[in-house]
Amino acid sequence: MTAASAPPMIRVAGVDKFFGPLHVLKNVQLEVPKGQVVVVLGPSGSGKSTLCRTINRLEPIDSGVIEVDGQPLPAEGKELARLRADVGMVFQSFNLFAHKTIGENVMLAPMKVRKTPAADARKTAMELLERVGIANQADKFPAQLSGGQQQRAAIARALAMKPKVMLFDEPTSALDPEMVQEVLDVMTGLAKDGMTMLVVTHEMGFARKAADRVIFMSDGEVVEDSTPEEFFSAPKSNRAKDFLGKILTH
Amino acid sequence: MSVLTNNLELFLRLFGQTLQLFAISAVLSLVLGTLLAALRVSPVPVFRAIGATYVTVLRNTPLTLVFVFFLFAYPLLEILRIEPYTAAVVALTLYTAAFVCEVVRSGINTVPVGQAEASRALGLTFTQMLGNVVLPQALRSVVPPMTSTMIALLKNTTVASGFAVPQAGSIRDALSEQGDNVLFGLIWVAIGFVVLVMPLTYVQQVFEKRWSVAR
Repeated sequence: MTAASAPPMIRVAGVDKFFGPLHVLKNVQLEVPKGQVVVVLGPSGSGKSTLCRTINRLEPIDSGVIEVDGQPLPAEGKELARLRADVGMVFQSFNLFAHKTIGENVMLAPMKVRKTPAADARKTAMELLERVGIANQADKFPAQLSGGQQQRAAIARALAMKPKVMLFDEPTSALDPEMVQEVLDVMTGLAKDGMTMLVVTHEMGFARKAADRVIFMSDGEVVEDSTPEEFFSAPKSNRAKDFLGKILTH
Repeated sequence: MSVLTNNLELFLRLFGQTLQLFAISAVLSLVLGTLLAALRVSPVPVFRAIGATYVTVLRNTPLTLVFVFFLFAYPLLEILRIEPYTAAVVALTLYTAAFVCEVVRSGINTVPVGQAEASRALGLTFTQMLGNVVLPQALRSVVPPMTSTMIALLKNTTVASGFAVPQAGSIRDALSEQGDNVLFGLIWVAIGFVVLVMPLTYVQQVFEKRWSVAR
């Protein structure tokens, strides 16, 4: 790497992870440059969600290196909290704070972590909720919203920290089919605005339309790393062909 | 009835003492117990070990022995002189805190792990996560067992009778000295406790109703 080139936003090098005897990540290599949208595909149990969760250390790794914006992940503590504040994460199950309103959900982290005054935090929260199309739900509790609305609120909550990069861990897998699109639209908008994103998903349409690169994982390994056109029209590996065969036939 | 009416002043004074012992120990044990619960779920193994040891020692020891320690053994150590009344508060607080800790911890375990993960992913520290996200949700589910713990504390204050700290449990002694009917006296003490516990049950119902919304 020359001194002039900026470090990638995410660098994963030689990462191994075990769940007991199960080898879930096998020598994983992955780089996400600034501004790129990388979609991770693969059958369930291939380690793609685990990979996503290792990047902000919700899952610790057993060996290898993970760097975010040139900084290696620190051990658990204040340092790690600071790094996580710059990495937005959206979960499959939304994980909105059940005892707080949608507005309070979006305001909490900026106020506690960034020490933003309440008035400023509220203003930013309302702008973000406007952007994801649920400004009128700000005073409701998460349980009163539909799944799609909850997930859009969760995206707004992550954006409120002004993250350098966003991780999406199967953001539409828990949604009813008619709500998938509204969440994907928000994500596509983010991608257009130049947000660096790592998206674990089963949404092939989103991968085709919004991704700069597609990573295909199987059995804990990165099997393919290519452009969406290449991956969908001419997959190199048999495992990718088999995977695409199964999902594209119906 | 005459036992009560003839000794009304005695009953009121000693039940007042009971309430005071209870109120002070309740507040202190709620605070200490919550801190202990935070230790028990901390990511730092040493903190978890301290919390677990505390609970094991204090919860497994009879309350009477805790009283004996603070009223008879502790003064022999000659560290800091404390009045018998203070010693009673300390004994009740330390003992009850172990139970409060376990109640709070069980409440923390009812909060879905995703709530903590989302907090961590946003950059909240452990203390911020506990204080802003996990504990407020945990406390909703601990109202009934916490009420039981507090009722037990209220009744445990009578253990102080054996250690010359006057409260409702001492009424029998006073009555028997005066030659009053002790059996009826004790029935009135029992009624007194039933009446004192009723507001606690009411408080439980209020909190359960208020916090039952929006899950």
